[in-house]
Parts: sequence; structure tokens; C-alpha cells
Amino acid sequence: MTALPQPTRNADSQEFWDAMQQEKLLLQECGDCGALDFMPRHMCPVCWSPNRKWREASGEGTVHSFSIVRRASSPAFASRVPYVVVLIDLAEGPRMPSALVGDDALSVTIGDPVRMTFEARGEEKLAVFELAK
Amino acid sequence: MPDGTLRNSVAIVGVGESDIGKVPGMTGLGLNAQAAMRALEETGLKPSDIDGLLTAYSFTEPYFMLGSVMCEYLGIKPRFNASVIVGGGSPAVMLKHAAEAIAMGQAETVLICAGENRATGTSRDEAVAALLAVGHPYYEQPYGFSIPAFYAMIAQRYMHKYGLSREDLAHVPAVTRANALLHPNAHMKKPITPEDVLASKPIADPLHMLDCCLISDAGGAMIVTSPERAKDLKGQPIYLHGIGEHHTHEHLMCAPSLTEFGAKESSRIAYDMAGLGPQDMDFAELYDCFSIVPVLEFEELGLGKEGEGIAHWTSGAANVGGALPINTHGGMLSHAHAGAAGGLFGIVEAVRQLRGGLGARQVEGAEVGIVHNEGGILSSHCTLILGREPR
Repeated sequence: MTALPQPTRNADSQEFWDAMQQEKLLLQECGDCGALDFMPRHMCPVCWSPNRKWREASGEGTVHSFSIVRRASSPAFASRVPYVVVLIDLAEGPRMPSALVGDDALSVTIGDPVRMTFEARGEEKLAVFELAK
Repeated sequence: MPDGTLRNSVAIVGVGESDIGKVPGMTGLGLNAQAAMRALEETGLKPSDIDGLLTAYSFTEPYFMLGSVMCEYLGIKPRFNASVIVGGGSPAVMLKHAAEAIAMGQAETVLICAGENRATGTSRDEAVAALLAVGHPYYEQPYGFSIPAFYAMIAQRYMHKYGLSREDLAHVPAVTRANALLHPNAHMKKPITPEDVLASKPIADPLHMLDCCLISDAGGAMIVTSPERAKDLKGQPIYLHGIGEHHTHEHLMCAPSLTEFGAKESSRIAYDMAGLGPQDMDFAELYDCFSIVPVLEFEELGLGKEGEGIAHWTSGAANVGGALPINTHGGMLSHAHAGAAGGLFGIVEAVRQLRGGLGARQVEGAEVGIVHNEGGILSSHCTLILGREPR
């Protein structure tokens, strides 16, 4: 069986993934215009300022949309079906892709409140969510 | 074109489809070549008359500079050549680039082709694995997103916002299949009902297998030239009236919205260029990688009201013979899907409808039609309007 994917660090995301191993989710905040963003990058996608700051997210959010995957995306996920992929609207504003876990995950509906938890991937951790209700 | 418009800057003078379905005896390049030969045959031109070539990409054959590879395979030495990669949006975007080159005198006759041997050139799992690269490698792929799952999340959000039922959505593949049965070269040959769609294997809720496009061996091609050159050629030229692009994101996690996409803006540009509006269209060929997609595009192109598009399919208006037929060839759900060829067949079909004489498949009195291609996860959009007369 193929192993599940693990975090891949690059120059943009080193701190993001390092923080996740401490069970922290980091967002990027523009030091000039204040825009908050999920995807780590070299500059602000709103004003193009290079002044990037990390801000820790609360891990609270709501389900913007979801799908229950019945046919796995790759052999690594085959033993997990059915599993739930989600887009989460974080309490701070940005949207992030993730998975919903827990015994009640299949009962998810749009707008459900969720809270962050972490899943082991080899030696590493990956942020996932569970229903908060 | 001094004012920058591409209105009537080019005509499509030849179109071709390769053999479609499972075509085990042919490579991807061979399928492109077969489609190109059939397109060229319609024009009376010689291969050496082609001075421009545009193609897209291939998941099944290991070529990096695909445009140059295609020229090499076809034995042509053009002055204009590129590989264009905006996913399924590539064919319409290639037509725009061809029109720009021809309008600027940088090429006279451009061959546009795309296609892959996706059904037999690679195993189904390999095709899915290759397509998984559409998800963001660092932030989406670790969670097990599949392409159907991305589109499923869009469908889920649309259903939540507008109250669309799963049962009504099942009419889209069924109507599209009914149209495909009128096309002699369509991959799928048997009728399906909405009940068949609901009973097919669940892939990613709410999408089932029959909500998803095919995996075909197929190549498509078209020959584009100036209206002046077109007058001397064999076939009936079909004119480009308007064309527009809009690109808003690549990965769904960065999409500005899950219910509003770039088709509204790309079609606005195309309508403005053409001096026409949605009410002037006689048919539409819409990108349909998943059943929800043509419904969204139908609304964004202004062909129906927001949130009410599905009624066009449930009422029969989308069938050939209906008020505004959609995907008269059977779309990617039933005619063919093989990489960038999927959207190209929408353009091929529009040209054929405007030439006329398609028998039972013909849209009566078709003068003007609209085509929409999109790539990524509703990321890159291009809309074009074609017509029988330069207007």
C-alpha cells in the first residue's frame, strides 16, 4: 500500500509546515495592507508588498463546501473511502482545503461549525477538521 | 486590426475529428494527425500552406515541446508555433491566439489541434493519477481531493444556494446522451435516463459516474485563415464574430467564489466584440466535464437566469429540436473527452451546425452559435461566437 502524502516544504512554506508540527496553523498577513491569506507566498496578492507576517489562526471555522469521496483520488487513499474533503472558511476569513474526520464526518452539511485537529502522516502532522457540534 | 478587435478577423475553413472511442491502433500524435488530415481535406489546401500551428498538452505521451513535436511529426515548418496550456480552455484560447497572429499578419493559415489516446494509451488509474496533478501539490493533494471532488464541491454549493435537486441535475447527462445518439462519431451509442445517472456508481457526492465526462481516444483539429484567403478555398467558411478570455485562479482553494466564475466576463467580452447578445444565439456548445458545469456556464453566458438554468434541460429546451439546443454533438459527457480535444469538439460541432446539412442533428436555421471552453477547476475561461456570414 502506498503511503499517504506528507507535508512538502519549500522556501515559501517552511515556517507554515514547521508550525504545523507544533499543532499551529499559520496564516500570512500583509504588513502593509493587512490582507490575510492562506496560501504561503513571497508577496501580498492584493498589494504586492513583500512585507509578510505570520499570524496564528484559531482553528475555528465553518464548512464552505464538501464532498464525500467514494472513489479514491489515488491508491494511497483507497482504504479510506468514503472520506470527506472540505473547503473551510476560517474564522479569520481565509478559505483553506482540508479533510473532515471523526465518526460523524459523513453527516456534514454546508455551514457546519468545525474545529481543527491533527492527523499523523509518518513523522509529520497535517491539519484536518472535525465537526464542532 | 487597428482598433484591436478580432471581429471577423478570421474564418474557420476546415474541421476534423479522428476516430473516437477506444482506438488501440493509434498514438496520440497519430490521432491529432488523422484529425488534421481530415480538416485539411475540407479546405483543399496543401500541408505546406500551413504556416502556423498551435496545440495544447498531453498526459499520455512524454513530449515536452508538444507544438514543435507536432510540427515535426506532421512534417511542417511554420513561422508561428506554440503549446498553449490552460487546460480545457486551451482550444478556444488557441483560436484567439491564431486570430491575433493572422490579424497581425504573423501567420496566414493556422492548424489548431489537440487530443490524446487516453482510453488505451494509459491505464485508467494512470490517467486519474496524472489528472490528480490538477490539485495543488502542497495544499490540496495531501487531503485526497480528486477532480470529481473539486467539481462536486461546486455542485454542492450550487445546490445549497439555489435548491437544485440531485434528481433534476441527472437530466443533463441524459439530454446530452440523447443528442450524442444523433452523431455518427460519438463515443457513446446507447440512450440513458436520469434514473440511470442516479443509479450509476457514486464517485464524489453528489456526482455519480454518469455525471463525469468520458475517457476517450480522440483528436480534433481546425484550420483557421483570413476571410480573404477563405474565399478561395473549398469549404464554406465560418466566421469568428467575438471571443474573450478571463482567468481568475488555478486551484479551487484560491477561487474567488464557488458559485461565480470567469465565464460571465469572458462572454461579456465576446458579446461586445460581436455586437450580439445571448438572445441572438441559435445553439450553444458548453464545456461539460461534469454535469453541473454546463448549467453554470449557461447562466454565466446570460442564456438563462441565475439559479434556474437546470429547467432548460428538464424541459427539453437543450435537446436538438429544443428552444436553444446545448451540446448538439453530445459534449464531453457522451461524444468524447481526451485532454484538450474535449473543448475543441465543441468548436468543430459549432462549425458544422453553421454549415448546415446535419440531418436529424441539424439545428434548423442556425446562423450564430456560442461556444465556451473552461480549464482547471472553472479557472480559465474562453467564450467565442461564430456565424455563417461576416457581420
